[in-house]
Amino acid sequence: MNREDFPILQQNIVYFDNAATTLKPKKVIDSMDEYYLRHTSNIHRGDYNFAIQTNKLYDHVRNIVSKFVNCDSSEVIYTSGATMSINMVVFGYMKNHLKKGNEILISKAEHASNILPWMKLCEEVGTILKYVPLNENYELTLDSIKKCVTSKTRVISLAHVTNVLGDVRDIQAIGEFARENNILFHVDGAQSVPHMPVDFKKSCIDFLSFSGHKMCGPTGVGILVGRYDLLTEMDPVFYGGGMNSSFESDLTYELKAVPVKFEAGTPPIAEVIGLGEAINYLMKIGMDKIHDYEVKLKKYLISKLKDIPNLILYNEDMNSGILAFNIDGVFAQDTSVYLNHYNICVRAGNHCAKLLKDAMNIRNTVRVSMYFYNNYEDIDRFVDALKNSKDIFNVVL
Amino acid sequence: MDSNMRREIILDNYQEPVNRGLIGDESYLKVNTNSESCIDNLDFMVKIEDNVIKDIRFDGEACAISTSATSIMIQKLIGKTVDEVKNILENYRNMIYEKSYDKELLGELVVYDEISKQPNRVNCALLPAVAVERILEKLK
Repeated sequence: MNREDFPILQQNIVYFDNAATTLKPKKVIDSMDEYYLRHTSNIHRGDYNFAIQTNKLYDHVRNIVSKFVNCDSSEVIYTSGATMSINMVVFGYMKNHLKKGNEILISKAEHASNILPWMKLCEEVGTILKYVPLNENYELTLDSIKKCVTSKTRVISLAHVTNVLGDVRDIQAIGEFARENNILFHVDGAQSVPHMPVDFKKSCIDFLSFSGHKMCGPTGVGILVGRYDLLTEMDPVFYGGGMNSSFESDLTYELKAVPVKFEAGTPPIAEVIGLGEAINYLMKIGMDKIHDYEVKLKKYLISKLKDIPNLILYNEDMNSGILAFNIDGVFAQDTSVYLNHYNICVRAGNHCAKLLKDAMNIRNTVRVSMYFYNNYEDIDRFVDALKNSKDIFNVVL
Repeated sequence: MDSNMRREIILDNYQEPVNRGLIGDESYLKVNTNSESCIDNLDFMVKIEDNVIKDIRFDGEACAISTSATSIMIQKLIGKTVDEVKNILENYRNMIYEKSYDKELLGELVVYDEISKQPNRVNCALLPAVAVERILEKLK
C-alpha cells in the first residue's frame, strides 16, 4: 500500500531489506528540504523568524513521539539512533546504578547494539550477563525468563522484535513481570516501533530505544524514551552547548532539565523534523493496519515458497514481516548476489546477531524483511527468481 | 577466457576445493579472515620451510568466489618460494584492480580478471591473497 508516496519505487526494484533501513516517502524528504531551503537556522534562543519557526517544529516532534508510543513528551530524548539510545541507558544510567554481581538478562538473538554495551558494562563494573535460552523455534518466552531470574537480576533488556528471525516478544507480559519484581526493563524497539503499535506506559517499559531510518525517517536520528523518574537520575554521556544552564571557572556547573540535558551540541535538526513527519505519516496509515498487512504478506510468501525445493526456512511461523532462509548448499551471499540480478534487494550475513549462531547452529542466512509498501507482486517476482535458482551459478559466476 | 570455461573452473574449485580441512600440526602458521566488510569466515594454515611454501590448508564458511579463489590460489602457491609468492600476489592484486599484470604468472587465477565489474565481490576474490599476505607478515 501507499507505493505512490515513495519516489524510489519508480525504479524497477523489489526492496526487501527493510530491517536494515526503509525507503523514504516524498513528504519526509520535502519536510527536510523545506528546512534547508526555507528556514535553515539553529535551535535554542534564536530571535529571528526562521529560528522561531525551526524551534517550534523541532520541539513539537517530542509531542508527536509521545503520542506515537504513549509516553510524556518530557520523556523523549533525541539521539542519533537506537545504538546511541542503548549506550546512553547503559553508560548514563546503569553504570551508576548497578553493582558488581548484579545480573542482566538478554538473549543470544539480540543485535550487537543490545549486547556489546552490556558486555562493556560487565567489564567495567563486574555485572553479570545472562542469556535467556531460546526454545526449539528460537523464540523467547516469559517462562524461560522467569527461570533465569534470581534475587540478583536487576535488568532485562530485549528486542521487541528480533532482527534476524522476527520473533515478536510479549513485551506487555515481560514488562508487567519485570515491574512486579522490581527489575528494570529496556526494550530495543528498532524492529517493532516501525511495524506495530508500541505502548511505553501500558507495557511497563522503563527505557525504549528506536531509530528513525527504519521507520520511513532519515538516518542519523533516533529516540530514547525513558521513565521520567529514572531520567532524573541518569547522567548525560555528552557535555557541551545547549544542555547546561551555567558553568563557572571553579568547576561548578548546572545542567538543564530532562530531556534537554542529554542533548549536547547542535542536534540533527533536519532529521528530527523529518522523523516527526515520518511518524505522522505512519500514524495516519495506522500501526495496527501496517502490522496486519505485513503478517498477511508473510503468510502469502510462505505459501508460495512451499512449491520450491531445496529451501530451508528458519522462521516461517513468526508473526512479522521477516523471513530468514537459505538455499540448501548455497552460501547466503551467493544467493543475495543472485537475487540482485533480478533487482531484488535482500541482505545476507549474520545481520549483527553474532551470538545467534550458538542457538541456531547456522552462521549466515538470507533475510527478506518487508514493509507496508511491499506487495504481492514483489513476492511473486521473488518467488519466480528462486524458482530458477538451479541456474544460480550460471548467473552469479 | 570463454565465460563457460571461466564458470567451470570457478565452480569445480568451489564444489571440490583442494586442501579443505585443518590439521593439528603446530609447525603451520595460522590466520583467520573474518573480515568486517564480508561475511566469509575462513581459517588458513600455511607450512613454510626453507623459505618455500610446503603446504596450505583452509576451512570455514565462504561464498563461491572466496572458496574457489582460495582453492586455485593454494594450487598456485604450493612449492613456490616466499619471493615468488609475493610476486604472484602483487600481480594478482594488480589484475583485480585492473592494472597491468603478468598473465603467465597467474595461470588459472585469471578467471577473476573481470571481478572488478562486480565491486561487492572484489573482497571475496582478494580473501586468500589477504590471508597469505598476513601469514607472510608473521615471518618478519
